[in-house]
Amino acid sequence: MTTAPALELRTLTVRYGARLATWEVDLALDPGEVLGLVGESGAGKSTVGRAVVRLLPEPGRIEAGAIRLHGRDLLGLSETEMRRLRGADLALIPQDPLSALNPAFRIGFQATDALRIHRGLTRDAAVAEMVRLLGDLGVPEAADVLQRYPHELSGGMRQRVLIAMAFSCDPTLVIADEPTTALDVTTQAQILRLLEELQAERRVATLFVTHDLGVVAHLAHRVAVMYAGCLVESAPTGELFRAAAHPYTQGLLAQVLRADVRAAASAGIEGVMPQLAAAPTACPFRGGCSRRMAICDETMPALREVAPGHAVACHLHQGT
Amino acid sequence: MSVRFLLSRLLLAVLSLWGVSVLVFAILRILPGDPAVLMAPVGSTVQDIERVRREFGLSGSWWAQYGAFFLSLCRGNFGRSLWLQQDALRVILERLPATLELAVTALVLATGGGVLLGACSVWRRRSWLESGAVTLGTLGIAVPNFVWGLLLIVLFGAILQLLPISGRIAPEYEAAEVTGSAVVDVLLRRDPAALGSVLAHLILPASALALPLLAAVFRTIRSDLLGALGEEYVVTERMKGLGEARILFWRVLRNALIPTATLIGVQFGFLIGGTVLIETIFAWPGIGQLTLQAFQYRDFPLIQGIVLVYAVTVILSNLAVDVAYSFLNPRVRLVS
Amino acid sequence: MNGKLWAGSAIALLLLLVALAGPRLAPHDPNRQDLASVRQPPVWAGGAWRHPLGTDSLGRDILSRLLWGARVAVVVAVASAAISALVGVPVALVAGYARGRVDTVLMRVVDVWMSIPAVLLAIVLMAVLGLGLWKVVLAIVIVDWTRFARVIRGEVLALREKEFVEAARAIGLHPLRVMVEELLPNLVPLIIVLVSLEMAIAVGVEALLSFVGLGVQAATPSWGAMIAEGRGYLMVSWWGMGVPMLALIVAVVGFNLLGEGLRERFDPRLRMAA
Repeated sequence: MTTAPALELRTLTVRYGARLATWEVDLALDPGEVLGLVGESGAGKSTVGRAVVRLLPEPGRIEAGAIRLHGRDLLGLSETEMRRLRGADLALIPQDPLSALNPAFRIGFQATDALRIHRGLTRDAAVAEMVRLLGDLGVPEAADVLQRYPHELSGGMRQRVLIAMAFSCDPTLVIADEPTTALDVTTQAQILRLLEELQAERRVATLFVTHDLGVVAHLAHRVAVMYAGCLVESAPTGELFRAAAHPYTQGLLAQVLRADVRAAASAGIEGVMPQLAAAPTACPFRGGCSRRMAICDETMPALREVAPGHAVACHLHQGT
Repeated sequence: MSVRFLLSRLLLAVLSLWGVSVLVFAILRILPGDPAVLMAPVGSTVQDIERVRREFGLSGSWWAQYGAFFLSLCRGNFGRSLWLQQDALRVILERLPATLELAVTALVLATGGGVLLGACSVWRRRSWLESGAVTLGTLGIAVPNFVWGLLLIVLFGAILQLLPISGRIAPEYEAAEVTGSAVVDVLLRRDPAALGSVLAHLILPASALALPLLAAVFRTIRSDLLGALGEEYVVTERMKGLGEARILFWRVLRNALIPTATLIGVQFGFLIGGTVLIETIFAWPGIGQLTLQAFQYRDFPLIQGIVLVYAVTVILSNLAVDVAYSFLNPRVRLVS
Repeated sequence: MNGKLWAGSAIALLLLLVALAGPRLAPHDPNRQDLASVRQPPVWAGGAWRHPLGTDSLGRDILSRLLWGARVAVVVAVASAAISALVGVPVALVAGYARGRVDTVLMRVVDVWMSIPAVLLAIVLMAVLGLGLWKVVLAIVIVDWTRFARVIRGEVLALREKEFVEAARAIGLHPLRVMVEELLPNLVPLIIVLVSLEMAIAVGVEALLSFVGLGVQAATPSWGAMIAEGRGYLMVSWWGMGVPMLALIVAVVGFNLLGEGLRERFDPRLRMAA
């Protein structure tokens, strides 16, 4: 018997007015798996995360494709059914922990909503549960934190609160949308370690969206790379770092390994990422690619498996 | 909220009160013309004018005059009303509750109505409710409230004949005043019919007074809500599985109330000023109606007292708004 | 160009034309009484073309009075808005530029000024000054210059931090020149918006003052006075009050739309407490 993937995306295409934010993205996450979704800003990776929870900012629309959570089609659900999933099965860890908390309410009030809604806890029980959760996340004096307003807490503390909120109702899929980007380096490391520990303990399927390959290196089981709204490569983490096949991924890796911007340029990332308006008719990366061929201008390369579990969309790897 | 913040606001209020006394003094005495002639009743004899001059300390240097004026104000002596032949302050204070009742009702209507209408217009985008509310917002701000008053009188009083258009209560329910507030009085009497009559008399003038502020509140709330819906924290609220209405009408609205509190503080003075005309149009026996009557009798001690009492009301309500604001906005407490 | 700006400009332009040409357009002397034909209805309500909008309780032609009244409204609107700006803007420039104690004192004065309700202050001033068109203008200016001072000063404070102002100060430009050459040109859009909104307010205040008999002299036709006169005969001849009231509403809404349209045009995010 095969279990359905925790999350499965089929040809997901999202449009913002005249702009295509993603184009026919296919992804699958097994239960308990961590998938790192990597790309520069504007590549469409955050859009994928928002599309899954069906909370795209205006004027974003899902134009085509399917999203399945444990085999259940999310796009076919009513708004009410969707609401029952949000905060329960589906959780989101946002990017900027300051703007993600409501400035007008105490932490204790706003952090316990999901517990009260989905687990039917009373206010006191929800607060006690939240204190316990925060304690598990290494927050000393959690009861005191719940008495405070968001602006009275540090960035790291706010992110811990948001992580505790996300995990409070035992979700089966967590979307972490650049959860460490807005934090300083020390706090970043702490939050990453925390997420790692949570993952080891709970084994929740996680879509980890980030622009930093280094961040997902030891957290993700697999990595998917996006460029200009298209998925260009996906592979198990070890395989990707060992044998990246797409010139763009190779460039990203060079950036991480040498921590040198010029190295990245020499390795193949140049030019500005294009924006799609319609179905791509050529490789979107051709403008920045050092190994451009005539065919790159003519057709969009399809995603091809080059090794077990390793797929790449590049004309260099179209032959079998 | 810090004590320092409260004290600084209190000090500011006292300073404003002093400033108003200077301004009133300047307007009534420094403008061209002999103030004694101006203040004396029409047809006064030379002796009358001299008596006015003595009574108001209108001889000597401006400084000496102001000093005498200020001292008598501090003692609560606003002079004697020429028209009613009574202590001016007492006349005003007797009428003040009626004005406050009207103004507070209008404030409640404007705030409640504006917030509700603003939130509903965002909740039901692209509906008749939204376009209706936006039109009312445009008209409400532009059209002065005495025009609203006349329109309401024509519509509800003359055409529909639904509501009374003058006074505070129907004659058959009239009784001696106890608290000064007709609403509180009839509540104390436990007389539902009288209460109905009082509310029916209150609704039109209060609505006319409220409409411009209601429109202003509506527009602030609406633009704040529309802006706030794009904020990250709204995504977090939605990600908890909260319903749209609960998010909009409680979680987001609470944030939008903070700038609205400031707006109401700034605009309350305009609302209070509106009572002069509204009370005259609706024959509402408060200090607004008294103002224009005092002008007819050229009763300057009374006018001077009315201006001062109006200013005190505005200054005190601004103080109250400042305090309320610091309760609403948790961040002010730290900053101040 | 947005809808508000279109509608607002159209109404403002129409009013301006009527104000200029009003005396020529008016079919009758606005003050000529004709006790033989009092309270004649407008043509659509069965009246004759001799008085298209009917007559008032003294038999005066309402259309003629309306056209002359437009003149009063426009003169008061333009003059008091322009003069209020001339008073308020320099105060705002000095307060916002100097900051510190000067700013505190000036803004306290503005606060005190604003704590006397505007309508009440205007009424008191008219009672002291006496009736007349230019006295109405003076009263409105004395009441409303604070509106310009407060809003513009906020903008000056923000502009002052901008690099081009810092640069001008760094090279030792005289403060007066910084204010006039660097700050003022950047304030023009906001001033234009405030002037438009102030025109709406001024038209309303003039009508209000004339309504209570403390506006222009009785012989000058004014919408406010027409509303007051018509009010007494509301049940027998609604047009006496209805027609001037409609004109007033169109005028204040028009100037308001003009101001808001301009504001959206100049900067959609421009926020003011006006």
